[in-house]
Amino acid sequence: MIHPIPPGTRDVLPDEMRELRRLHLAMIEVFEQRGYGEVATPAIEYDEVLARGDGRTAGTAYRFFDERGDLLALRSDMTVPIARLVASRYGGAEMPLRLCYLANAFRAVRPQRGQMREFAQAGVELIGAPAPAGTAEVVEVLEATLDAAGLNRAVIGLGDADLYRQLLAEFGIDGGAREAILGRLAAHDLVGLEAELSELDGIGEEQAATCVALSQLRGGKEVLEEARSMGGAAVERATARLGETFEALEARGVADRVQIDLGLLRDLGYYSGAILEVYDPALGHVLGGGGRYDGLLKRFGIDLPAAGFALYLERVHVAQMEEEPRREGES
Amino acid sequence: MSVEVAGMGHARGEGPLRIAVPRGALLGGTLDALDAIGIDTSEVRGESRSLIFETEGITLVTMRPSDVPTYVEAGAADVGITGKDVLLEQADRVVYELLDLGFGRCRMVLAGRRGDESLGESQRRLGMMRIATKYPRTAERHFEATGRQVEVIEVKGSVELAPLIGLADGIVDLVATGRTLEENDLEVREEILECTARFVANRVAHKLRAREVDGLTAKLREAMAG
Repeated sequence: MIHPIPPGTRDVLPDEMRELRRLHLAMIEVFEQRGYGEVATPAIEYDEVLARGDGRTAGTAYRFFDERGDLLALRSDMTVPIARLVASRYGGAEMPLRLCYLANAFRAVRPQRGQMREFAQAGVELIGAPAPAGTAEVVEVLEATLDAAGLNRAVIGLGDADLYRQLLAEFGIDGGAREAILGRLAAHDLVGLEAELSELDGIGEEQAATCVALSQLRGGKEVLEEARSMGGAAVERATARLGETFEALEARGVADRVQIDLGLLRDLGYYSGAILEVYDPALGHVLGGGGRYDGLLKRFGIDLPAAGFALYLERVHVAQMEEEPRREGES
Repeated sequence: MSVEVAGMGHARGEGPLRIAVPRGALLGGTLDALDAIGIDTSEVRGESRSLIFETEGITLVTMRPSDVPTYVEAGAADVGITGKDVLLEQADRVVYELLDLGFGRCRMVLAGRRGDESLGESQRRLGMMRIATKYPRTAERHFEATGRQVEVIEVKGSVELAPLIGLADGIVDLVATGRTLEENDLEVREEILECTARFVANRVAHKLRAREVDGLTAKLREAMAG
């Protein structure tokens, strides 16, 4: 007899579970070796606590009342619960603080689209270590994690979360127009972006062209020069931040797999400064991401810089399987 | 047995770039555009029943236009060409829309029977219109944005049939010349939007095969402007 489970959720049977556990253990070992201690937090939290982290609350899709009438929500990632945990339990602790996790989170997605409503994430949070050194440490851990998973062809995209906010402010664009443009940039809808920009009064053709061209710049260190040649204070600041981060990565010897990407925008509301995205040539979907969230802990009453990343465990597993024949061919 | 995460895409990081080519109304314009940038399309134009065509450095994969976002989102095709109508209807598919190719121009319209008042009458007396369409999400968004209540009825075949035999008060459909509407005694009541063919890319291919994707985009942009 078949008893259904909700779409976007699934059972895991022993063959897969063994592989997932091997992957999970390999990742946690990388984290622990680098001083990141594993934590767990409840899957359900008070809705207002999660909403404090991501004001748009777009992430948390599943809310319900408990028997006392309190509004609870299923977490949509681990970064916000860990920010809550750090503020509550590590108030006077010595910094930096290194924490890691492997946990399930929940998001509303249309199932059958490479996204599940319930999914496992493995990641780290480095609290109290500012840019660029903190960012570089996180990237180093990320690279070691990808290597441990056998994904040595994976590429890490490095962008800047503040670039377009500051660029549009410099152009004098705000309110609804700003949100519309950021939306087009996040979706990478260049046709819509050009249309949106051309409809705006008070923005020159050259400025519009800069905005479009910037979003297409991705590659090695040379793209920073290309960006800088387009001029403007916002671009200058973002490229300076990215340049510093990239130099810190070079100093640690982990810059080879990093692609600087000025078109990168993460859709979670709490990022600031450096942002990361992870790709593997074997998979059409993004493996994970992260970045700096220097303003997030302040929302929980403890003002500390922080950065982290999260990888989708199931996606890493699929990529690992896809990469297997190649790795066997090499050895 | 391997258990796969539903809908998980498997992109290929090497080998020829794969372009999803739409069959149907956009095929001619697409092949002309590919010819214009030096891709050999003669085999696709031939009598072959194949779906996949290897040319120098590029693989052309032919499919229904509405499948293009599916293949490109999953990374089974690196880039593709499809209509804006398809992209709007499947707005939750994550593909990068890189270029308006300009061909395949047509309009998404609301149409009703010539001289027939049932659209307005239903709206006034029943509080909602019944609209038959192959584009339910685009239609819903349009009426929501203009503050009207509708009952959207999704049909798969000739949508013109619906108002003629009383399934719906009107239709939302794509028209190129308007001849089909005319032949069925229907007329355009509202223009919703104009659609053209678009060049789209997979998110990961856009990052990891940046040079090839940018090269194609630049060549297409130049060819379409000329």
